[in-house]
Amino acid sequence: MHNLSVEHLIGIKDLTKQDIELIFKTADSFKQVINRPIKKVPSLRDITIANLFFENSTRTRLSFELAEKRLSADVINFSASSSSVKKGETLIDTVNNILAMKVDLVVMRHPNPGAAKFLSERINAKVVNAGDGTHEHPTQALLDAYSIREKHGEDFKGKKVVIVGDISHSRVALSNIFCLQKLGAEVMVCGPTTLIPKFIGELGVKVEHNLRTALEWCDVANMLRIQLERQEIQFFPSLREYSMLFGLDKKLLDSLDKKITIMHPGPINRGVEISSDVADSDQSIILQQVENGVAVRMAIIYLLASKIDRN
Amino acid sequence: MDKRTILNSTHFEITLKRLAAQLKENHQSFENTVLIGLQPRGIHVLERLKKILEADLKKELLCGQLDITFYRDDFRRREHPIIPSVTNIDFIIENKNVVMIDDVLFSGRTIRSGLDALLAFGRPNKVELLAFIGRRFERHLPIQADYIGKTVDTLSTQRVSVEWKEIEGEDKVVLFTQETKNA
Repeated sequence: MHNLSVEHLIGIKDLTKQDIELIFKTADSFKQVINRPIKKVPSLRDITIANLFFENSTRTRLSFELAEKRLSADVINFSASSSSVKKGETLIDTVNNILAMKVDLVVMRHPNPGAAKFLSERINAKVVNAGDGTHEHPTQALLDAYSIREKHGEDFKGKKVVIVGDISHSRVALSNIFCLQKLGAEVMVCGPTTLIPKFIGELGVKVEHNLRTALEWCDVANMLRIQLERQEIQFFPSLREYSMLFGLDKKLLDSLDKKITIMHPGPINRGVEISSDVADSDQSIILQQVENGVAVRMAIIYLLASKIDRN
Repeated sequence: MDKRTILNSTHFEITLKRLAAQLKENHQSFENTVLIGLQPRGIHVLERLKKILEADLKKELLCGQLDITFYRDDFRRREHPIIPSVTNIDFIIENKNVVMIDDVLFSGRTIRSGLDALLAFGRPNKVELLAFIGRRFERHLPIQADYIGKTVDTLSTQRVSVEWKEIEGEDKVVLFTQETKNA
């Protein structure tokens, strides 16, 4: 049995297909564990993990924290809004202070692209990127792909996935593209011209500006949230217009001649990118994604922690 | 690598039947007893015993498979991570008599992890241990089996492998000895 080829999880770009499959196989076992009456295993009893969130997050932070606790690790939480970052401390100083408390693994979300890589090169602890600006969000991509695998089977060859929405500002989109392509799936992005990066075609993805055409092509549609907080200028006239052109409602979904799977990384803006009846329909696997998130994160932390040398 | 068969298929069968008889002696109708095989190789012992006992008792026994990977005490002391196997216990063991089954009892560390893992499914009334092969004088922990198919005296550098006709093509137990260079 081989090990992960990386020492940190910075982005999907660094992983091999074997790494991703190892993570999925390990996550299968953890999914069993979290569905038992006692949902905890003692594997990481002697590991301390710091969750550093320099940017707001509810779902990802809770999911990581739960995954860590299910593995019996000791967990400390830090969020920038309530810390000395506000007093002018640099990233390295903050992290070194936390590491001085003997932390083995750091989970970090940061508004700057590359922050996780920067950190991994300077500290003596494993780093898991929980989102760095508009760069990557590897654990989200892994749990998305894991959820697709659960629904559509292990072989991704020939599977067609469309990512709809704000591709320019989305780290989820970029990580998803890398992950799905490594597994052998075909990827399309769909959204208004202003929200699709100019050179995205070079990554080998199809580009489509008509939602209906994209949905007719795909097996799975991943509907992204419009990230208003990252848009410094207005990229489309109004949310209402966006919703009319790129929002998925039940009428459109039912008019397709096949049953596609609907995903959303959350948080959902009901009525903008996806209507309530679609989000709650039996074609949506949004809540399974959340459940799988814990299992996949347990697998990642478990595999990285197995590389910590105690001698 | 020197290879020696220490239990052939005839004796293999006899041993399994004896273990089944001993279990029946202590658990009679298996009213409140469950059999748990440890992954990956203990489940084969379980399957065989289950077949013999079910044919004899003419009823289905409650059986499960337990994986102990996440409960091991050598996590991060191995070169490669161990890929976990499936745990398949779809019942609660609260107040049940549990017979934990493995193929080879060596250091006892697997059994310790197994006891730990078992607690995730409730508090058993009593836990017994059945090992198809017991390696004498090799324990690292104070753990002994209640039922042993065959006891063998081995060196810690030797390896004992229980082979199955379903997998390896023949029922037998083999003792492997590493050849020393200056011998």
